[in-house]
Amino acid sequence: MERHFDAELTQLRERLLAMGGMAEQAVGKAVKALVDRHAALAQAVIEEDAAINRLEVDIEDACLGLMARYQPEARDLRTIAMSFKIVNDLERVGDQGVNIAERTLDLLNEPLLKPLIDIPTMAVLAQQMLKDALDGFVRQDAELARAVCRRDDDVDRLNDQVYQELLGYMTRDPHTIARAIDLILIGRHLERVADHATNIAEDVYYLVKGATIKHRLTGV
Amino acid sequence: MSAVSDAGTPPVLEVHDLNLWYGDFHALKQIHMVIQACQVTALIGPSGCGKSTLLRCFNRMNDLIESARVSGRILLDGRDIRDPLVPLVTLRKRVGMVFQRPNPFPLSVFENVAFGARVHALAARTGMAEIVERSLHAVGLWDTLKDRLRHSALGLSLEQQQRLCIARLVAVQPDVLLMDEPCSALDPIATGKVEELIRALKARYTIVVVTHNMQQAARISDYTGFLFLGEMVEFGPTGALFTNPRDPRTEAYITGRFG
Repeated sequence: MERHFDAELTQLRERLLAMGGMAEQAVGKAVKALVDRHAALAQAVIEEDAAINRLEVDIEDACLGLMARYQPEARDLRTIAMSFKIVNDLERVGDQGVNIAERTLDLLNEPLLKPLIDIPTMAVLAQQMLKDALDGFVRQDAELARAVCRRDDDVDRLNDQVYQELLGYMTRDPHTIARAIDLILIGRHLERVADHATNIAEDVYYLVKGATIKHRLTGV
Repeated sequence: MSAVSDAGTPPVLEVHDLNLWYGDFHALKQIHMVIQACQVTALIGPSGCGKSTLLRCFNRMNDLIESARVSGRILLDGRDIRDPLVPLVTLRKRVGMVFQRPNPFPLSVFENVAFGARVHALAARTGMAEIVERSLHAVGLWDTLKDRLRHSALGLSLEQQQRLCIARLVAVQPDVLLMDEPCSALDPIATGKVEELIRALKARYTIVVVTHNMQQAARISDYTGFLFLGEMVEFGPTGALFTNPRDPRTEAYITGRFG
């Protein structure tokens, strides 16, 4: 029997995915602004964050309303409880986009320190993790979610590489310090995006299986 | 929140300063409320709080109780329901009631649905068969019963009987459906199905439902009123009332601390 509640759950999922798309775009656009040295694009990312924040609050409200009104059980309950958590990570992803955009605006005042290779790669990997975590949510695919968690190490490794390389620049030439720190921070922000994607994937796994893979409580 | 429509629909029923006494007992005290078109409004509260009494005011069923005395006004589409120019039978055609216990007449399925339409002589333009089919469709019974229209309604399950009673109302093309504990005689599965029916019916009808089951009110309604000792303690969007009630008495009741 199709329940009215199902229509409301579908609406909740759609809003969460819309928010996921916006958060992912914020990161993508911020890194594109960095690579293309495009100040207006970075500025747009900062301005568009308000819409993501608004959605977080709206979706939290909707989750509470659904729990209060329908007393959901089993997977319905897990869907709502995990949505409540996932929007939090998505909001933070949006914030990372803003952070990257702010560092980018800083960097645009000076010439390029070095060709950007690892940072755009990190961005692609982190965005893909986020996208797959949300696909796992849509398709209720626990294995896809589990695979996302494993990929977090790749992003961490790249981040270490970025850090070591920029440390070298700073050691050799103090004039590079300001720019190198901005780039190190951007690497750090992208590494955080991958962490949020991992959190989301863990929540999706729990939603589908009712079992946790967080904190290595069970083998990943 | 998304589950609650904004008050974008026009008011169908407006209650102003409504008081009702049964003899010396003050059963409804200064009730104010506005009921929006095509929304489900639930009335909740402990036994004896006045919710059924309030519901019965909407089609003047309390007129049948000798000791009942009413003051204040109830407007249906802006017009006082006690306007002497509006015959009671017209009011009750527009505002129909579904009761706790399904009460089909000891007639065939077809005649049950046709009954009210005959009383109101509605079959003149469209055929009675068409009215019956449309009404049974509206309550999700047509496919099940289309080959059993001549069978006695008393042979139906309780859930089907309750749906049939709703079809009987729908047949006279009302605007408002009043429901007094419409699921309390039904098991949980049948209750779930009738709840879905109520949600579906709100596309065309304004529904006011009294329920002692506040979870049911939470599930099916857009607006909820909490009555306590004859007073409308709180009335507002259902999502807000169940997540963030303003009155401590509402909070105590919906969290099971009394009642």
